[in-house]
Amino acid sequence: MIFTPLEIISFSVLLLFLSVLFVPLLKGNQRLLINVSFMLISLASLLGLAGGIWAVGGGITNKLVLPLGLSDLPFHLRVDPLAGFFLTVICLLSFFVSLYSIGYVKGYLGRRPVTSLIVFYCLFLAGMMMVVIADDALFFLISWEVMAAASYFLVMFEDENIENRKAAFLYMIIAHIGAIAILLSFGIMAGLTTGFESFSGYTFDAMRQAEFPLKWATAAFLLAFFGFAAKAGVIPLHVWLPEAHPVAPSNVSALMSGVMLKTAIYGIIRVTFDLLGSFPWWWGAIVLILGLISAVMGVLFALMQSDLKRLLAYSSVENIGIILIGIGASMIFTSFQMPLLAALALIAGLYHTMNHAMFKGLLFMGAGAVLHATGERNMEEMGGLIHRMKWTAPLFLIGCVSISALPPFNGFVSEWLTFQAFLLSPALPSPMLKLLIPLGAALLALTAALSAACFVKAFGITFMGHWRGASMPRVHEADWPMRSGMILASHACLLLGVLPTFFIDWMDIIPQQLIGTKIGASSGAYGWLWLTPIAPERASYSGPIVFLGILFVVIAVYLLLHVRPGNIQRAPIWDCGFAKLNERMQYSSASFSMPIRRIFGFLFKIKEEVKLTPCGTHKPFPKRLNYHLKIRDRFWGWLYKPIVDSSFWVARHVGKLQQGRIQAYLIYSFITIIILLLFSR
Amino acid sequence: MKLYTFVTEFLQLIILIGIAPAFTGWVRMLKCWSQGRTSAGLFQPYRDLDKLFSKDVLLADNATWIFRFTPYLVFGTAVLAGGIIPMLTVDLPIAYAADVIVLVALFAIARFFTALAGMDMGTAFGGMGSSREMTIASLAEPAMLMAIFTVSLASKSTSLSQMVHVIYSGQYVFRPSIAFALIAFILIALAETGRIPVDNPATHLELTMIHEAMILEYSGRHLALIEWAGMMKLFLFVMLGIAVFAPWGIASSGDFIPILSAFFFMLLKLGIIGIGLVLIETGLAKMRIFRMTEFLGSAFLLATLGMLSFFILE
Repeated sequence: MIFTPLEIISFSVLLLFLSVLFVPLLKGNQRLLINVSFMLISLASLLGLAGGIWAVGGGITNKLVLPLGLSDLPFHLRVDPLAGFFLTVICLLSFFVSLYSIGYVKGYLGRRPVTSLIVFYCLFLAGMMMVVIADDALFFLISWEVMAAASYFLVMFEDENIENRKAAFLYMIIAHIGAIAILLSFGIMAGLTTGFESFSGYTFDAMRQAEFPLKWATAAFLLAFFGFAAKAGVIPLHVWLPEAHPVAPSNVSALMSGVMLKTAIYGIIRVTFDLLGSFPWWWGAIVLILGLISAVMGVLFALMQSDLKRLLAYSSVENIGIILIGIGASMIFTSFQMPLLAALALIAGLYHTMNHAMFKGLLFMGAGAVLHATGERNMEEMGGLIHRMKWTAPLFLIGCVSISALPPFNGFVSEWLTFQAFLLSPALPSPMLKLLIPLGAALLALTAALSAACFVKAFGITFMGHWRGASMPRVHEADWPMRSGMILASHACLLLGVLPTFFIDWMDIIPQQLIGTKIGASSGAYGWLWLTPIAPERASYSGPIVFLGILFVVIAVYLLLHVRPGNIQRAPIWDCGFAKLNERMQYSSASFSMPIRRIFGFLFKIKEEVKLTPCGTHKPFPKRLNYHLKIRDRFWGWLYKPIVDSSFWVARHVGKLQQGRIQAYLIYSFITIIILLLFSR
Repeated sequence: MKLYTFVTEFLQLIILIGIAPAFTGWVRMLKCWSQGRTSAGLFQPYRDLDKLFSKDVLLADNATWIFRFTPYLVFGTAVLAGGIIPMLTVDLPIAYAADVIVLVALFAIARFFTALAGMDMGTAFGGMGSSREMTIASLAEPAMLMAIFTVSLASKSTSLSQMVHVIYSGQYVFRPSIAFALIAFILIALAETGRIPVDNPATHLELTMIHEAMILEYSGRHLALIEWAGMMKLFLFVMLGIAVFAPWGIASSGDFIPILSAFFFMLLKLGIIGIGLVLIETGLAKMRIFRMTEFLGSAFLLATLGMLSFFILE
């Protein structure tokens, strides 16, 4: 073969950079610009996808050193199956989303120029791809910053809203605190590898070979995990996520939620399994516990939201939690020398990474189509869209079913694998883990059930019933490019759910390289039909048979009942003989989640106010009822508010130095010089 | 895999579809007797279904395809679930395609779409039913998973056939964890099948109904399918309980005589469990909706305790 996977991927990144240069040339004709540039980006994504699939499928590891960067530390590139897997995730979703963007971005035409959106979209995508193929700390951090900065500008795209500016600012701060932690972590590892004098320790190869003392390895891990967790939106570092994701343009939200968070997952796996290599079990326990907290709290927060995109953003926190549960369990099993279970848990985590990219991408694209059609993000104002959006509604429904972990769609498969990893664990030696594993299974089950409730609400309130707002806008269906992006993503959800064995066989090389064992997901004749991790008699799941079984019974019953042509009569809805039903009598988003709010309310800061305006003559009959509901994150008050307040306090007091008189500044300089003369002799 | 296993599988599905209404009839009959009323007989559910099937469907003007598709899906998932649970024999070909996690998920699919169908019309009742049903399910479903997981830990498999196999092959010892799981399972089965302390299948009182509120707008054959699937769900939960906690009597081979005896064992167990169910239902009053948290929370806690005790004692 003439090309290697790495060369194809590098070419794809190059194509993205070229499109950045090329975009301003077409600035004059915005419509053409959108068509051409997103076509180019789709092409680049397809190239990257091919490279990624090939690298994993062939188990290929390629390296490349670019003559760029510092003289002692040129840019190192490397693609191995793990990087190839994440490239596949990134490029597959970005292909779908870029097709979708052709239609979606046209919605901005006539309102504002989209040149900057396209430039930063390309840079964002290129940044994510470079993060995954980087093989030294410098290039990794540069790519990380390109990704963060580009996404900052994407969040800021509609910068006339104060909401966007606030969200982008918060995002920038937390992204940078995270980046500092990652930088320090690499610093520790490099310093221990070669000492601080030489740059060669900053390559990942050198870190792989080095042996780290436990104390320093722990410090490096904790710093790296903190940094990546800030990016992934792990609770309690999640506050930026539900602010930034909803305000970004929907195609960007799809990418941010679908794949940008995954680069952090990549970072965690790369640092722990690959660079540090061996670790004690409690690192895994930290990851697992934070994953469990994120999963349960994330879905509960999601349930409380009435903004559709905010709901999806909180649900990303939940899904990141589920992925971390898999990875944490895998780390625990690895440290106890149970490679088969470790491989199973890792596959479960990675599979969920892929699945979440697909269904969350699909859902954000669907939410974008709704936003595009109605100009509305608040579910309390929506309803009945299924009648107007004949394509978007079923596609969004597929996303909802997938994310609720219902077979035969993909979310179920990864959840099933995670449960198997929990259940098939023999007695672990540590008593703490004996408590943790059952609790983990319980909380994971709770998360799955709550997320079903959450997405019944999301779909039911948005698409079913009647329009809740004052007057229904002229709702139009999404155009073909948008539809095609969503259709492709929904097919990916179905295929990943029905035929998981092909996919798991393809990615089985990753645990083999990181942990040393394959799980061999299928066995025996017609192996592709059965998903049998560990052993067939322990557990088996056949996506195709379940799918066809449901399909067959439903069709059979339908046909049996339609032998005799049955009459269907349409009639207005029965209103129990009272006054006519109106759309304000429907259950709303707040009322749907009310029972759950009552059960789990202690986790939130809820302010509920009911104000009755009594009628003048008849006191018992209120003229108007106002209901205010405010639900806040307790973490903001616990963790962030003290920090924000104290930094304002410090700033205020330091600010007193600023007098605005030149005499005062001269005195400052004078005092400084005297102090320096006294102390630095 | 031999051909006769498909025959027994088919037989089992016929039994599920055929006998489920009779079991509901049996429970209603006992309930009437225990409350001093005259019952309508064992076969009244069949007559009800027949009546509904022969009626026309009356749909609201704004009913969508989801509303029309849901009854078929609910019925379909119930039938498929019946193919997984060992009722007569453990030698079931479909059982390998789906384990107990899939079984729970199949019930979840039915619930997901029923809840959506409830919200379809935009009536207050439908939304109320959906909201309550999803709330209860979000506590009951994990509890149910935990209860069954506790048993599956003992048999080291999540396949229901394999779990019964392990109990038969004598590797089974009664553990305290199983007792926890059994109590939790009974509480959840009452909640999931909408029986009395949680939901009342016989009421249409707006303040208390849950499942009935979601399906209030259904009529004709759609309603018949949903009602039938509801009866099958009750039957399946009983069968699941039997298979997981007391499988004795289920045939371990596919021969004629064991299957015949398994059938009679099944009828016997159904009769006894029906009596137990009626005792619970007549002995208890329906709970307020927000007392449900304690009921289901304790079920969840018991199931988790069961699993904990397994991990600690093993």
